[in-house]
Amino acid sequence: MKKYTIHLTVNGEKHTLEVYPNALLLNVIREDIGLTGTKYACGTGQCGACTVEVNGEPVLGCMTLAVAVDGAEIKTIEGLAQPDGTLDPLQEAFLDTNAVQCGFCTSGMILIGKDLLNKNPSPSESEIRNHIKGNLCRCTGYNGITRAILKCSK
Amino acid sequence: MIAKRADTESVKAEYRVIGKPLPRHDAWGKVYGETKYSNDYKLPNMLYGKVLRSRYAAARLLSIDTRDAEKLPGVVSVMTAKDVQNNETVTRFGQTHAVGGFEGLYRVLADKKIRFKGEAVALVAAERRDIAEKAIDLIKVEYEPLEGVFDPVAAMQPGAYQVGEDKSNVICSYKVRKGNIEEGFAHADVIVENTYRVPMVDHAYLEPESGMAWLDDDGVITIRAATQVIEHFRGVADVLGLPHNKVRVIAPMVGGGFGGKEDITVETYLALLVWKTGRPVSLTYTREESIIAHGKRHPYIMRYKTGATKDGKLVAMEAELISDAGGYVYLSPWVLLYSTVQATGPYDIAHVRVDTHTVLTNNTFCSANRGFGGPQPCFAYESQLDELAKQLNLSPLEIRKRNYLHTGDAMATGRVLEHRVETEQTAEKVLEALGPPSKPKSPPEKIGRGVASSMTSYGRMMFLHDTSRSFVSLDLDGSVTVRCGVQDIGGGQASSLAQIAAEILGVPLSDVNVYIGDSALTPLAGTTTATRQLYMSGNATLKAARVVRDNLLKKAAEILNTSPENLDLKDREIFIQNHRKDTLGLKKTDPECNVNYGGTRKAVVAVETCVDDDSDRVVALEDVVKACAAEGMPLFNVAQFNAPTRELIDFKTGQGKVFADFTFGTQAIEVSVDEETGKVTVLKIVSCYDVGQAINPLSAEGQLEGGALYGLGYGMMENVIMEKGITLSPTLAEYLIPTAVDAPDVETIMIESGGGVGPFGAKGIGEPSCVPTAPALANAVSDALGVRIYELPITPEKILKALGKI
Repeated sequence: MKKYTIHLTVNGEKHTLEVYPNALLLNVIREDIGLTGTKYACGTGQCGACTVEVNGEPVLGCMTLAVAVDGAEIKTIEGLAQPDGTLDPLQEAFLDTNAVQCGFCTSGMILIGKDLLNKNPSPSESEIRNHIKGNLCRCTGYNGITRAILKCSK
Repeated sequence: MIAKRADTESVKAEYRVIGKPLPRHDAWGKVYGETKYSNDYKLPNMLYGKVLRSRYAAARLLSIDTRDAEKLPGVVSVMTAKDVQNNETVTRFGQTHAVGGFEGLYRVLADKKIRFKGEAVALVAAERRDIAEKAIDLIKVEYEPLEGVFDPVAAMQPGAYQVGEDKSNVICSYKVRKGNIEEGFAHADVIVENTYRVPMVDHAYLEPESGMAWLDDDGVITIRAATQVIEHFRGVADVLGLPHNKVRVIAPMVGGGFGGKEDITVETYLALLVWKTGRPVSLTYTREESIIAHGKRHPYIMRYKTGATKDGKLVAMEAELISDAGGYVYLSPWVLLYSTVQATGPYDIAHVRVDTHTVLTNNTFCSANRGFGGPQPCFAYESQLDELAKQLNLSPLEIRKRNYLHTGDAMATGRVLEHRVETEQTAEKVLEALGPPSKPKSPPEKIGRGVASSMTSYGRMMFLHDTSRSFVSLDLDGSVTVRCGVQDIGGGQASSLAQIAAEILGVPLSDVNVYIGDSALTPLAGTTTATRQLYMSGNATLKAARVVRDNLLKKAAEILNTSPENLDLKDREIFIQNHRKDTLGLKKTDPECNVNYGGTRKAVVAVETCVDDDSDRVVALEDVVKACAAEGMPLFNVAQFNAPTRELIDFKTGQGKVFADFTFGTQAIEVSVDEETGKVTVLKIVSCYDVGQAINPLSAEGQLEGGALYGLGYGMMENVIMEKGITLSPTLAEYLIPTAVDAPDVETIMIESGGGVGPFGAKGIGEPSCVPTAPALANAVSDALGVRIYELPITPEKILKALGKI
């Protein structure tokens, strides 16, 4: 199988990568770029743990071919805090409201929550629940997560 | 909703770090996305492992031809049963005390007879994941399909298809006998008899089974895997015929466990491939593999006959429980024993007869799942209670109040509940918090409310002689290190140990670093199962920290020219206290210091310490540490906590003591049901538990909220659908778990009776929190519609059938 050259800007950093045409964006981010905050959990687009931001929109890394997003600006969970470690307000809220247990859904949850807040700075609780319903969490019962996003709602 | 903590404010002043709602120390790494789970490490030269799984649920394995797979470029190794030194061993589940009668066969790779679909047949290690996947397809396996048996009742019959090599499919049976059951029913004015069914359930943790292993330069196979039991290193070593100290298991932060990572999953496969190739190997199950091939929660068929007098007193309960163990034994005998002991629930019943059986079939094997045999009978006995209440025209609360066990009462197994029992208080509180009933919005909508209570053990069965160890030390700068072999599966297992050490050593939580989950380097702390870690390792850490504290105070007393009893520790300072009557956490009761707590307990409250600015009376922790170090005074301790023990109970009568203590709680649910569509909307859940003492109220609240939703999934939607051993729901598109829109408002209430056997009087809540949700839902639906659903999950289809509409 022939490899293709693609260019991705991930969390502001430019990467030139040689990838197979069937390489998934999730695996390229995790294995070629080495950012493991994005998680593999179902591989079939049913849980949202692999959510990343591609050109400003949330995308499931396990359902996206890396070659299909050649040239894209990508943000992963590692790109959310400031370079000095200052947390994004939503990350801060996740700490305060006990939205984190095992942490495996957390990256995807924070990114889908950010997506909502970017599009609608003052979502209601039902708007929040509706927006994050594609992201599964097995530990928290979603209440802490909903509270965290609500806390950032203006 | 933010947790309410009942009547506790008066005693909180006693503690400085525990009891405080602090973000857990592991939460930061998780929100940064920096926490490294089992699948997040790579090593140079690493191979990818893959498992070939059986296509049939019941078959004879005739031959395996691996030649084509081995020839594929990039394939490094292919292994089958003949390559495994000890392919058949005995499952021991990390136990250190050998108890007869609970062993099951642990077969690493299929040989002779296939017992369930998805059973591992061969292993591949290859340079790339896609090559490993391709190699799996090139292995030729010849099977002779067999008829199999898929229904546990059929499997129990004489002459049934034999799932394994033994003559009978019945793994084991237990009994409880109390009083005289015929006499009991003769005294009953009302008797209800029903059969209940509960489905097979998957844990559906977000992190699938996963690990990476390598051969260290000292010849030790080191496995870094998502597990609840690092002590499987012994079982893995036995398979390879190696000394136990040549296998090391490390558990990094685990992405959810719920019992599904209690048995060995990837560890043995990784060890075999590493030993054969000498190279690091990584192996992560796909979601489909996870659903078809790891242990599930047992489906049960439960016949309950319950009798009560006309004033609502339970007089007789007869129960027969049959559990489907699937293809292998694993933890089925233990799960069944939990169900047996807890079959009568938190109720006092004079005449009891319980018979339970667990049976092999050719379905996916079943093993531990949150609640461990508790949720199944709870659905039955709590449904029965509401049926009796209806016939007797009593409220659900009233019939329960007339029958709850109280402190000092004996269970049906004869075991006296010597620790705190607050079930009645939890029931009153949930109903009070549920508030006035909602109004139905439109004609087809009916509102209903249900309540259910449970008692669930925490800590392992006493005949296992459970132990845990923890190491606590102070460094020269006054920072604290805890080393404890707990596995943190997301419940805050590590962070609560840090809180305990910080409390006892008078340092802020941020000064404590915790090393966990390494079978070679952290003192062994046992399994993160059975809701036991806070109880066991919390007590071990408390014990170790107190020894360090005592040494520290001894030296400080010399420096300050006083005696250690006059000293206290806080914010990295040791100081003379003026009127302190009680040393922190030592539970010495001084009558002058007692306060009445919520009308129910006497709590110890430290008298406020009075410190003036006199530097003769204060010394920095760091200075005392340095003084100790200069003189060679040890500022570390490894403590072992031994749970109280008993020998095996009498299996003919079920009489005896199996568990150290129980956690009691009640949940109430309000639903709206659409009579035309059968759709149930859960409006509110209130969950109240006596948690003993919340070490971290945020973590405890998280368990109560998450547990309620885990239980609601069981009640409303979760079902591993099997047809002749084939899983029809192998992905998260068919196996549905609750989403954010299914999750109702969960209000949590914690009672802190201080009456548990854990550190500071804590009880365990990880598993108890999910047990009564499904029956509370069933009771709410029954209240709304006037008809009962006897089988979980309660789907719109079942509701419409019960209403006679389809």
